[in-house]
Amino acid sequence: MAVYERTYRPYSGPQTPERSRFLVLPRYAIREVLRTRMLFAYLMACMLVPLGCAALIYLPYNATFLKTVLEQLGGGIPTFFDWNAAHFFRRFMIPQFFFAFFLVFLIGPALISADMRNNALPLYFSRPFNRWEYLLGKSFVLVLLVSGITWIPGLMLFLLKAYLAGGGWFMDNLRIGAAMLVSWWIFIAVMTLISLAVSAYVKWKPVARLGLFFIFVVGGGFAGILNLTLRTHWGSLFNIGDMIRVVWGKLFDVPEGVSEVPLGAAFASLAVVCVICILLLQRKVRAYEVVRS
Amino acid sequence: MTAVIELDRLGVRFGRRTILNDLQGSLAGRSIGLLGPNGAGKTTLLHTLLGFHPPCNGTARIFGRDIRTDGQAIRALIGYMPERDSFIAGLSAVRLVRLMAELSGLPPKQALERAHEALFYVGLGEARYREMQTYSLGMKQMAKLAQAIVHGPKLLFLDEPTNGLDPPHRRRMIEMIQEIRDTGDVNIIVSSHLLRDVDECCDEALILKEGRVVQYCNLEEERKANRKFIEIETHGDNAVFAEEIGKLGCEYALLNNRRIKMVLPEKIEIRQLYEVAAAREIQIRRLDYKRDSLQDIFLKAMESDNSAQRQAAGGA
Repeated sequence: MAVYERTYRPYSGPQTPERSRFLVLPRYAIREVLRTRMLFAYLMACMLVPLGCAALIYLPYNATFLKTVLEQLGGGIPTFFDWNAAHFFRRFMIPQFFFAFFLVFLIGPALISADMRNNALPLYFSRPFNRWEYLLGKSFVLVLLVSGITWIPGLMLFLLKAYLAGGGWFMDNLRIGAAMLVSWWIFIAVMTLISLAVSAYVKWKPVARLGLFFIFVVGGGFAGILNLTLRTHWGSLFNIGDMIRVVWGKLFDVPEGVSEVPLGAAFASLAVVCVICILLLQRKVRAYEVVRS
Repeated sequence: MTAVIELDRLGVRFGRRTILNDLQGSLAGRSIGLLGPNGAGKTTLLHTLLGFHPPCNGTARIFGRDIRTDGQAIRALIGYMPERDSFIAGLSAVRLVRLMAELSGLPPKQALERAHEALFYVGLGEARYREMQTYSLGMKQMAKLAQAIVHGPKLLFLDEPTNGLDPPHRRRMIEMIQEIRDTGDVNIIVSSHLLRDVDECCDEALILKEGRVVQYCNLEEERKANRKFIEIETHGDNAVFAEEIGKLGCEYALLNNRRIKMVLPEKIEIRQLYEVAAAREIQIRRLDYKRDSLQDIFLKAMESDNSAQRQAAGGA
């Protein structure tokens, strides 16, 4: 069917493997994101903290250079370079947490709502492409973008430190690397599922963003009220942000001071949130809604 | 001819409402029209075949594959043009069609090439870089057709393809459906409540009413049978004239004291009607001659179903 002929002809060319077709969705979505200057600039800004951290790791191992600079400035090598690895990597995660949260806040609410607003779902599901592949594809948009500013730079910093420290540092601190990886994946899973669920239920993007924001703010407020009125700490189970921080603190073995909820309960709370989101998505993401009577 | 779609007591229920009720039949035409009044279940049937709604009983097979077990493989063979507006805001037509082609399994390069071709084919070549929310209703219909054919499906589901089209665009849409049908590579199912669309595009028609099949007819055979329907307007003694043409062997019905509707047998010619009228001094003031149209088939199917229901109710 050459353009100039303008006649219909069937297709008999090659086909892509079915298993990898869900990756078409993140490819299109990420290309759209990178075309938006504001988002592109934001992604660049997200890399400032990892670059700063890389400098903090690098400089102590280049003491001659550092010493010269600091002597010219009139001081010695400050003590903060003798850092504890767990504290360092946990602190690295704090600004990246906010960067990642804001990235999800910007991108997440539009992922499904853009398709639902104009009834595009039948176009997807009338192809050899089911709704679980659709959800996986949409999740991957956030997974890839958030990974790019969270665990990937974190892991690179960890490997840089291991390379510079040499000896047995890598094996001695392997637990920290694993804690960082697991912490970020928990964050990514929870945030992705919540934002997809909100996006599926609220077709208007600004309202979906507000909804996502309120889940955290209202959840936190409700948890605080429960804790105060019932004089307990179990109300924190409704505070998703706190639960993520509890899990992170326990994984890093760094006290967070946010809640006394045990690790198992915090994990269970996040798991329940994920399951609820999956059920909501399973109910909502369909080619057509059916009114049953 | 091998069946394209086999319906095997297919039933669909939404809650307590039965939408499709024990549909049975084997559809084998190159181009099949789904006809029926609003709410007959045409769109639900298409959606069920696409796997959007699970059957509550029975099943259907498309090219021999069961919709209950081979949904994904079946959808690989189908192109679907939905009835309602369907697009992704912020995406140009060419990107949308390309995306859909890639989801159907085409590699990116071929998908882009086919997307351009499909959009040129449906007449949106000049507008293909525009975002779809800026399109008129007619352009959106054409873009929906483009995304349905971009991957070269073996079976095309067109749900109300001429909805919202002005006469020239409707003509173009019908021509495209006919062209695609005539390539011989694609089977087409056209769901429409517009008899004219089905008449022009299809060679078979499945008529649905209240979720049941009331008739499945081969339009080509009906056309070949070529029964001659005549409607006559007379001036004079209508009853006498009717009696005389009855003697000639015509089936007739008196519509009022001036109009008669009749079926002209093969051996009788229209000239003989004029001879009878002249002999009885009756003027034939108007004579309409037509074939058994799809409208007649449709109305008969609806009427026969109504009378069958009345009989069933009386029997009960």
